[in-house]
Amino acid sequence: MLKGNRRVADKFAITLLGASVVIIVAILVVIVGNIVIHGVRAVTWEFLTQAPRQGLTAGGIMPAIVGTAALVILMSIVAVPLGVATAVYLHEYTPAEGLNLAWRRFRVSKGLPGRRKLFFRAASALLATVTRSAVANLAGVPSIVFGLFGLGFFIQFIGRNIDRATQPPGEVLWGQGSLLWAACTLALLTLPTVIVATEEALRTVPQDLREASLALGATQWETIRRVVLPSSLSGIMTGAILGISRGAGEVAPILFTGAAYYLPYLPGDVTDQFMHLGYHVLILSTQSPDVEATKPLLYGTVFVLLALTFLLNLTGVIIRSRTRSRLHR
Amino acid sequence: MTILTTTGEFVTSAAPAASTTASPRPADAHNPPKIVVRDFNFFYGESKVLHGIELDIPEKQVTALIGPSGCGKSTFLRSINRMNDIIPGARVEGLIALGGKDLYAPHVDVVALRRRVGMVFQKSNPFSKSIYENIAYGLRIGGIKDRRILDETVERSLQRAALWDEVKDRLNASALALSGGQQQRLCIARALAVDPEVLLMDEPASALDPIATQKIEELVYELKDNYTIVIVTHNMQQAARVSDRTAFFMLGKLVEYDNTRTIFMNPKVKLTEDYITGRFG
Repeated sequence: MLKGNRRVADKFAITLLGASVVIIVAILVVIVGNIVIHGVRAVTWEFLTQAPRQGLTAGGIMPAIVGTAALVILMSIVAVPLGVATAVYLHEYTPAEGLNLAWRRFRVSKGLPGRRKLFFRAASALLATVTRSAVANLAGVPSIVFGLFGLGFFIQFIGRNIDRATQPPGEVLWGQGSLLWAACTLALLTLPTVIVATEEALRTVPQDLREASLALGATQWETIRRVVLPSSLSGIMTGAILGISRGAGEVAPILFTGAAYYLPYLPGDVTDQFMHLGYHVLILSTQSPDVEATKPLLYGTVFVLLALTFLLNLTGVIIRSRTRSRLHR
Repeated sequence: MTILTTTGEFVTSAAPAASTTASPRPADAHNPPKIVVRDFNFFYGESKVLHGIELDIPEKQVTALIGPSGCGKSTFLRSINRMNDIIPGARVEGLIALGGKDLYAPHVDVVALRRRVGMVFQKSNPFSKSIYENIAYGLRIGGIKDRRILDETVERSLQRAALWDEVKDRLNASALALSGGQQQRLCIARALAVDPEVLLMDEPASALDPIATQKIEELVYELKDNYTIVIVTHNMQQAARVSDRTAFFMLGKLVEYDNTRTIFMNPKVKLTEDYITGRFG
């Protein structure tokens, strides 16, 4: 028989935990519901296929949709290969035993043959530890800082220098905000997610398979390319898509690196500026000359942005569940 | 059934009974050793797990390595194709020579070595590719693209591994859809496809049911016509059934190495007899 106060505590805990679940779900329902109800009404064929008109109070968001898509694709081209390569290096080439053990093994190896090899192992483990903490810290940097970094590094430093070398004096082509620099900046923001997800996917590949491949006379790279990567491909893709979908909604990194307030035409080159759904939301809600006239457009834009992000996430989830069912077959 | 045929075979095959000592050298002078091991020591970090191993493994025969868990028999097996290289802190001393060449000499190409010394693992480990691609893997990394050669090798390897008839209609099906026993034979076929000289088997039947085990044993018995086989097993009867020579390991030392019949019928060392009769282990 439970004593009275224990029973009360039990009920209280269940109520508290249940309430927090209800609150979370309620918040989501209110936000999404509000956007869907108001947004669906604004989304018409005209809205999706035309440029904004009359000081952003009429027309559509077509340049923003195209700009966002172009940005996301370009960002993926930069972030995914770099992230996957980093993760493969970290997981497949650096010592699995970790820094502490590698260092201890080196220290006790005095006078034994192969000591040099143990030293390089420990050094490599140190590099891996440094890289991992760098990645973790990169994930913690506020996105506006990425934006400023992109402006300072990509545009002011790299872009200006390319211009100095390739353009006639006074001409500016690379040294200004553009799709390319915005994509690079956003790729930096996405990198940690891609790296962590890829390493996680590589971890799920059984060591047995690597050994089987090596025992058949494959080199380490052949093993990675033909066995490890194909087996972890869906995990990598899931992680990449989740990272990308997060990047797709970020506004701060592209504020100074290429997003345009208003462009009636579509970007035709990586050096062009572009409109972006997230940035367009910011503009509509802060810069509009007529708040009431802009409201439906604002709802419509947010709805489209949410829908695109949701679609990306859904793709990730579907790939993941497909892999799971294949594993359990 | 296997026991009968195998026993019958072993009486005839183990003819030269000149091995009165527990010498590392095989009795048969006409069959030079494929693998020569002299004073071989193995270390994991500071701990020494193999002590002064000396034995000669004859060509085109089956050599069984037996002994209690942790005695070093698997470590020894994995030293023959240098799979232990991938273990951090592993170090060797002494000699293992394959066809007269020291495997641990500097500048030995480990990748090339592993193509000469195939391996079958305890747990079947097919790649998550089709049956066909599993077998073709070794050839593809060897740069062979000719479809005809690939087709022929896949068929020949599967036939040698006694799996062809069971899978010939579904070569493009996933290898993971096969049963455990079939998967293990697939792994044997995959190892055979690169045409190794030596086949190392690390308890290849320990995770299989008796019928699948019997198939693997029959296979080992047939394969020795073409390959030098070294098999680690926990199953004493299996060692007796399939092998020509048996090495008994304990606590990282080679206790006794002789013709299988001698080891099982008339061991020289008391420890071997105790282990074989099940007094410990």
